[in-house]
Amino acid sequence: MKMVDGKPMEQAYQSALLSLLYQLADDDFILAYRGSEWLGLAPHIEEDVAFSSISQDTMGHAAMFYQLLSDLGEGDVDHLAHARSAKERKNAILLEMVNGPGHYLSKPRYDWAFAVVRNYFYVQAKKVRMESLKNSSYEPLANAALKVNMELYYHLLHWKTWFVQLMQAGDEARKKMEDAIKRVSADFDGVVSLGPLSKDIATFKLIESEDILKEKWKLFMQPVFDSVNLEMPDQFGIQSGDGRKGEHSKDLDDALIILSEVYQVDPAASW
Amino acid sequence: MSDVIFSNQLTEKEKYEHFLKRIKEGEKIEADDWMPDEYRFTLIKLISMHGISEIMGALPEKEWVPKAPSLKRKLGIMAKVQDEMGHGQLLLRVAEDLMKPLGKTREDILEDLFSGRLKFHNVFHMEAPTWGDAGLIGWLVDGAAIISQTNMLNASYGPYARALKRICAEEVFHAQHGEAIIMALAEGTKEQREMVQEAVNRWWEALLMFFGPADASTTGTSKQDITIKYRIRTKTNEELRQDFFSKYIPRVLSLGLTLPDETLHFDKEQALWVYKQPDWNRFKEIIKNNGPKSKDRLELRKMAYIENQWVREALNMAK
Repeated sequence: MKMVDGKPMEQAYQSALLSLLYQLADDDFILAYRGSEWLGLAPHIEEDVAFSSISQDTMGHAAMFYQLLSDLGEGDVDHLAHARSAKERKNAILLEMVNGPGHYLSKPRYDWAFAVVRNYFYVQAKKVRMESLKNSSYEPLANAALKVNMELYYHLLHWKTWFVQLMQAGDEARKKMEDAIKRVSADFDGVVSLGPLSKDIATFKLIESEDILKEKWKLFMQPVFDSVNLEMPDQFGIQSGDGRKGEHSKDLDDALIILSEVYQVDPAASW
Repeated sequence: MSDVIFSNQLTEKEKYEHFLKRIKEGEKIEADDWMPDEYRFTLIKLISMHGISEIMGALPEKEWVPKAPSLKRKLGIMAKVQDEMGHGQLLLRVAEDLMKPLGKTREDILEDLFSGRLKFHNVFHMEAPTWGDAGLIGWLVDGAAIISQTNMLNASYGPYARALKRICAEEVFHAQHGEAIIMALAEGTKEQREMVQEAVNRWWEALLMFFGPADASTTGTSKQDITIKYRIRTKTNEELRQDFFSKYIPRVLSLGLTLPDETLHFDKEQALWVYKQPDWNRFKEIIKNNGPKSKDRLELRKMAYIENQWVREALNMAK
């Protein structure tokens, strides 16, 4: 259903739409934040430039989705990004997990294999979503997906290249990558999930159903797993909790304190 | 190519004179051209220091990237720091070409950084404890960088001059990004205005030091004479500092901010800004990696380098 003759949307449609938009916005926002913590710490300088470009695009996508929420009366975009508590957030837990032990300014022992696998799996899932959203019944979202999708081509190529290279590099790298795949898979259902309103979201044709999206993801990933001689995980888990329901880890609490530190000095001020 | 063949038939002295004539006539020297060792070593030192400073320069701002107070500022500072890393990459490539005949690589540049043989710019050893510092770095540190880099836009070494053209174009956006942050703070709440004034007070001495001592008598060495001789730069350190004053002092004051130097004024007769000298002994200590954040930032860079050793090894294996 679209806005017709200025008539307000049905309540159920509105709830489903908001639920989906919060997931999209919060997913990109927190992963872009994790990406920004990597700044200056990537394996080489070229990667620092490329990764920060991707994080910047991803933050830009989050801003677009927050804007759609704001347009629906959910409040100011900076409030949405900086001032909501952890339990109001709908991002998948996998995306809020720390990059590794340590702090981004002190003794960061960040795990590049985890970064590669998390980003690759996520970006492929996001690409599948954006393709589907191009036909969304909510036109502003379909338009946003079109723009986001253009940048994803490059993101996907980037992470896929890393994934394949490190998987084929032999002993130590292979082991680290396989460990990372296990970790990411254990919580990847949280990314694939469309949350408690997933049925409505599909029924209202905001996006295709969770099952269809998951199958499409597997279809894209299968040949890549084949090419590196690894069995694709048959099942994923949601071991650390369901972020779509507002369940989150301490990692998110810590991240929110950092990312809103300056904003919270004076939320009413112009920065 | 013709230049290479021609050079092979000349004595060292003739080559040197031919080289000086070329740069005097405004010709650009390219990576494969003959050049005196002094020129090559000066360029390697200058450009690798410049490149590594861009990379180390990302670290004080890195602190503020995740903390930027709005989506717009988050996007702005992410783009800005990404550019700085890009400049570092571009410059290290230029330095690598110069180092090739010496059998040295980027690994050596990084090793030299960690061992303290390769210095990075004094401003990036300083603390950036508030969001005001993040804005000030963009506005005045990048502003100072534009002035010192514009001075080398016509450098006799072609690859460096071309890299600087691109870098300067981007630095202008950075200075605008920084200025926008500072303007918002200066026009903001009392707390925000204090934040920016404190940042100015904190950074003033480092900004004076930015251009280096007026001459070798201050710190014992200065490369400015050599770089002027070889037409890598045109103006002296002091001339650049004066340009910085002329451009930025009026702007700082127009925002209702003050500068922490009661002697500072423009002397009309000499047509020069008169100012209190920074503590040049402190400067010497800072660039010897004894500044307030030198060790922390080197440690951060080094830690990332060590943590990712396996990735670089894996990439080498895949080659």
